[in-house]
Amino acid sequence: MSKKPLHIKTPVRYLINALLFAALLFGGRVLIAGGGVSPFYVGIVTLAGINIILAVSLNMATGYLGQLPLGHAGFMAVGAYASAIFMTRSGLDPAVAMPFGLLIGGLVAAIFGVLIGIPALRLKGDYIAIITLGFGEIIRIVLLNIDEVLGFPFTYGAASLKGIPETSTFFNTFLLVGVTCFAIHTLMKSRHGRAILSIRENEIAADSCGVNLTYYKVMGFTVSAFFAGIAGSLYAGYLGILNPSNFSFMKSIEILVFVVLGGMGSMIGSVLSATVLTILPELLRQFAEWRMIVYALLLILVMVFKPSGLMGRFDFSMGRMLENIINVLTGRKTLKGKGGKTNG
Amino acid sequence: MDKLVPVPSRGVVPERDVDKRPILETNNLGIDFGGLIAVDDFTILVGRTEIAGLIGPNGAGKTTVFNLLTNVYQPTRGIIMLDGISTQGLKTYQINKRGIARTFQNIRLFKELSVADNVKIGLQNTMSYSLAEAVLRLPGYWKQEKRAHARALELLSIFNMDHMADWKAGSLPYGAQRRLEIVRALASEPKLLLLDEPAAGMNPSETADLMENIRKIRDRFQIAVLLIEHDMNLVMGICEGIAVLNYGRIIAKGSPDEIKSNPVVIEAYLGKREEENHA
Repeated sequence: MSKKPLHIKTPVRYLINALLFAALLFGGRVLIAGGGVSPFYVGIVTLAGINIILAVSLNMATGYLGQLPLGHAGFMAVGAYASAIFMTRSGLDPAVAMPFGLLIGGLVAAIFGVLIGIPALRLKGDYIAIITLGFGEIIRIVLLNIDEVLGFPFTYGAASLKGIPETSTFFNTFLLVGVTCFAIHTLMKSRHGRAILSIRENEIAADSCGVNLTYYKVMGFTVSAFFAGIAGSLYAGYLGILNPSNFSFMKSIEILVFVVLGGMGSMIGSVLSATVLTILPELLRQFAEWRMIVYALLLILVMVFKPSGLMGRFDFSMGRMLENIINVLTGRKTLKGKGGKTNG
Repeated sequence: MDKLVPVPSRGVVPERDVDKRPILETNNLGIDFGGLIAVDDFTILVGRTEIAGLIGPNGAGKTTVFNLLTNVYQPTRGIIMLDGISTQGLKTYQINKRGIARTFQNIRLFKELSVADNVKIGLQNTMSYSLAEAVLRLPGYWKQEKRAHARALELLSIFNMDHMADWKAGSLPYGAQRRLEIVRALASEPKLLLLDEPAAGMNPSETADLMENIRKIRDRFQIAVLLIEHDMNLVMGICEGIAVLNYGRIIAKGSPDEIKSNPVVIEAYLGKREEENHA
């Protein structure tokens, strides 16, 4: 090897990623505006975007922090209802109110994240799963019955909260997918992210390296809840109607399946599996009752043959991929993998 | 109060520690687990740039002492003074900030992370940029990360491991994993470095290198080292003061020569002469 392998500088990498993302976003928008895609498919793709945010945010708590929360739908519900109640009562123009609604949804969910996180994260493993499972159910039951206690309609319980402005579009949903992925990526590639990963790897060693375990556990958990709240807000604006039964235990499991199937600790894994597992059941609709069997079989097969998930802990980097392609094409590097390298 | 270095003959204290305050001072330290007295009356003094050894048969309570010094266990009695200040009530991560870093008997690396990231987690306390600076990639982030990366490579180069920076820590050979643990501990800029069996599983030539490196680290960083070790060549070769622990109590303190010839120590390690004859 006479030539030095090409190395793309970080700002250039960011630029490439931003440009590709913008192209995708505006390309999709133009395509949809031109009527090239039926509203049915636009709806599914938008839902996939919401699910991506949910999966990526849960991956923060499971894949990076190494805990197993089973109440992600609870945070989503809190965000959805907080934002929906704001949107229906603020009296503002929906287009103006939407960013505030999203922020309120995220922040209220984050507050719940802190409140649940502090007691829950004193426990380990299975116990966290049970406590968060309980929390998710409490949220659902409270949303169902709170009107009786308050004495005035607030969440409208089983009758559903109706008339939420349908503000979630392909464009703003995927814009937020981008923001979420960027924020979690940059967080994880920093001293704070390393502290969170060190807790997953070895709590005792992290503690003796000066990592404040409680602080970083709660931080990881809260960031996870914040983005679940954002996804909940989008979900409210997507459906236009909210019912507590949307946020049952099964919803939490569904999100967990995205993460586990994609590979715990891999953001690209979460993105891909949330996309595939949202779209697949819709594509299989023509097979009626067989579709859930195919879905279940897919899960079983992946778990049998690749228990670490489709992507394991692999993290995709557009810049690195381009580097490799260019280096191979220009003969600066052979096709052999480097091996042993990891990105947590 | 006696000093870990020579107790019987106070005149032999290494010169450089004489007029400096000790870095670590414990007085009557002890812990009970239920009815079991695991450590009792543990009183030592470690000089500011001393290499001290803690030896004793298996189960004597050596690692328990390390866990007490880093507040993994809260002592039942006694006090620990680090650099003249009591560490009572501090959390383990705060002890690290105050200047004690340690390695573990059974290696505890962040196996799935890169070698450089392992060291950077050790550097955690030397960095200060906020969450917002990290997420928005503000200048504070770039500046400190760049510095941390350079520092990590510099520390790795002590053991000639800088070329392994991108390797996965779990994929390193055993000896390198032990060395990485030491580098990670050094990254947090300790005043006192606790090494729990650093030579375990190493061959004689690796152990000789390690001895050289421990000395080098002490001279370069001007820190104190307290180590637990079973390898007597290493202990006798580099320690300036040694404490011998048996059944949770210190049975002897002194210089390597004094320890070697101490009948109580010989008895603890080899048993009594009479018993030997009968057996």
